[in-house]
Amino acid sequence: MLTKKVKNRILFLTSVFLLSVVSVFFIIKSLNNNILYFSSPTEINQREDILFEKAMRVGGMVKKGSIIISQKDIQFIITDFENEILVSYTGTVPNLFGEEKGVVAEGKLSDKNFFTADRILAKHDENYMPPEIKEIIEKNAK
Amino acid sequence: MLSNIGIGLVTLILILSFLIIYTASLDLKTSRQSIEKSIYKLSLFQTTFTVLSFFTLIIGFMNSDFSLINVYENSHTTKPFFYKIAGTWGNHEGSLLLWINILVIFSYLFLVFNYNHEKKFRLYTLIFQNILILGFLFFLLLNSNPFNSIYPIPLEGLGLNPILQDPALAIHPPLLYVGFVGCSIYFSAAMASLVSGYDGKLFAQSIKTWVKISWCFQTLGIIVGSIWAYYELGWGGFWFWDPVENASLLPWFAITALMHSLVVLEKRNTLYSWVIILCLSTFILSVTGTFLVRSGILNSVHTFASDPARGIYILVFLSLMIFSALSIFFLKYKKENYNFNLKSRETFILANNWFMAFFLITVLIGMLYPIFLDVLTNKKISVGPPFFNIVIIPLVVPFMFLMAIGPKFGWIKSQNKINYKILFLILGAIVINLFIFYFFGNYSLLSNAIFIAAIFLILHSFLDARKLINDKNKTGLPRIISHLGFGLLVFFIGINHQFSLEEDFNLKVGEIKQINSYKINFENIRIKESKNYKAIIGNFKLTNLKNNLVQYLNPEIRIYSNPETLTYEAAIKTKITSDFYLTMSNVSRSDYYNIKFQNKPFMIWIWISALMIALGGFIRLTLKKNEY
Repeated sequence: MLTKKVKNRILFLTSVFLLSVVSVFFIIKSLNNNILYFSSPTEINQREDILFEKAMRVGGMVKKGSIIISQKDIQFIITDFENEILVSYTGTVPNLFGEEKGVVAEGKLSDKNFFTADRILAKHDENYMPPEIKEIIEKNAK
Repeated sequence: MLSNIGIGLVTLILILSFLIIYTASLDLKTSRQSIEKSIYKLSLFQTTFTVLSFFTLIIGFMNSDFSLINVYENSHTTKPFFYKIAGTWGNHEGSLLLWINILVIFSYLFLVFNYNHEKKFRLYTLIFQNILILGFLFFLLLNSNPFNSIYPIPLEGLGLNPILQDPALAIHPPLLYVGFVGCSIYFSAAMASLVSGYDGKLFAQSIKTWVKISWCFQTLGIIVGSIWAYYELGWGGFWFWDPVENASLLPWFAITALMHSLVVLEKRNTLYSWVIILCLSTFILSVTGTFLVRSGILNSVHTFASDPARGIYILVFLSLMIFSALSIFFLKYKKENYNFNLKSRETFILANNWFMAFFLITVLIGMLYPIFLDVLTNKKISVGPPFFNIVIIPLVVPFMFLMAIGPKFGWIKSQNKINYKILFLILGAIVINLFIFYFFGNYSLLSNAIFIAAIFLILHSFLDARKLINDKNKTGLPRIISHLGFGLLVFFIGINHQFSLEEDFNLKVGEIKQINSYKINFENIRIKESKNYKAIIGNFKLTNLKNNLVQYLNPEIRIYSNPETLTYEAAIKTKITSDFYLTMSNVSRSDYYNIKFQNKPFMIWIWISALMIALGGFIRLTLKKNEY
């Protein structure tokens, strides 16, 4: 027969264990719902299983001469020198945003060629290039 | 010239560190009760030279001495004098020197102020702290020496990133450094405590003040950083779950848990091992954060130019630190008996620690998951802010309830205190929430719960405060202020989140835009020449159609010359009830300017309540012991 103390301890440990399992499960589950995949225009073009309603990030270079600003929005083309995607965005742009500069746009795909962004990311350092974009450009330059 | 002085001083500090370790280990073997006088002297010399070396670098920056590479890379003659000085710690090498300064100063102060504690414990703390100092000194000399010279001497420097030329950012690093590097002293003390067997209550008393100091400065540093992000980044918010912000939160969770459980160790002489774990992990997390940010593994708004060699050095150092800390911990681990009653204050403090641990793990997972996934599957992902909000916010509700009622319970065992008063307060909170809900708009079930919990905590704190005034004692005052601050913070963030007005649009000069009851007239732009930048200032006339109140907002686009960079300065009109926030940007000189307009209710109150949390800590520092 287990003493009361041992019983209590077993109860305590099991509940702690269960609680941790539940919370870790909970964390991982919401993590999976909220990750943003990063893709290049080429990846978007080639992939078959793209979810259109899910937020994601697209990165590459802003194509030369592609920025059009109207009263409604800012439109520009992100290119990885193989494929292109048209981005529409409303809001202020980061200070290093410009033609032929690296850019990461966060938002949703309308179709494979059109992306609606709700956030544009660029870095403060002018020589800085997000590693994701650097990789793409190095790959396509070969 | 300065280069030689600087390197000479750093070498002296290095030699003194070795000497301190050597004499301290000799002194350990003697049977005398007091610490040898020469150790005090060595430590004082070490502190003096360290401070001198930092001043040498400051002088270099003040005089724009471009014979130092560090000054050349990060300063410019036309830079305002104040930012020349602040530039000293606005770069990797200089900030590392500041880091070492704090390690050394804390080491000396800990030695001097803990005269009534056991000799062996103090000596071991000194030894461990000096091992840390040595590690960072080698890092400084081998990889990131701020005193490296350059020849021929350049005539002009490259300049400091304009985004850092800001008063908030000038004081932000020193505050955070006192907070984060200050943790080193109780990391060393915890190791010393394990090795020397100086544990329990006395150990808690020896590190108490130091934990409080670093907690206060960490809190303040994080707030200042957030205020800076609000007005300088132009994103229209104050917290973005950016990797750097997360990196600063991790040690804060650990230290907040530590500050609470340390009281249990002091009063009840239990939880020793847990306190040790928290002491060790606070500093380890601080260094981890630094490593992740400085090595460029995590991308964020902090762009100290990253360098892989730097990352590898910190990584090796970090692994050594964790490995030795863990092995000493397990070698010296002693079994403890925990005998907690459910209805006691220690149980509630333990509950606080569970919550802190949960928050810490959540943020850690969110921060590291992208790195793991990248290494394992080469998939590039980022974790969005919704993840943190979904996981953390629901738990804040029970957390705030416990925060309110926990301190009501006495130590060891107390009577049932869940009485009519608490029910009455909960009812009051529900009524106030219903009032807000009914008159100002509806929001989700979770938001209702958040508001109720926050209002409950606020009401409860007021009740506690009234009792305090009636009883005329100061015990618990700091706690009430901090807890009240937290309740208010959550409340105002909730209000701000629910009732913010935000609109993005493009305008040409002379055009008018109407949003709800606000009319925005982009009247004109003018150009202003300043010492080291040129500014394009927009003039926006904001009319509130409800009461015909007119205000002018003047956001700026600044073009800095050295280095050539653009920054956007938000125009912020702060009032007691709300902030008007307007930023403008411009792409490739188009006629259209991109405008972000926000009306954020109670913004100033978010800062005030966050500062209250820190204020509680500072008040606690001034109180005599045993007044908690």
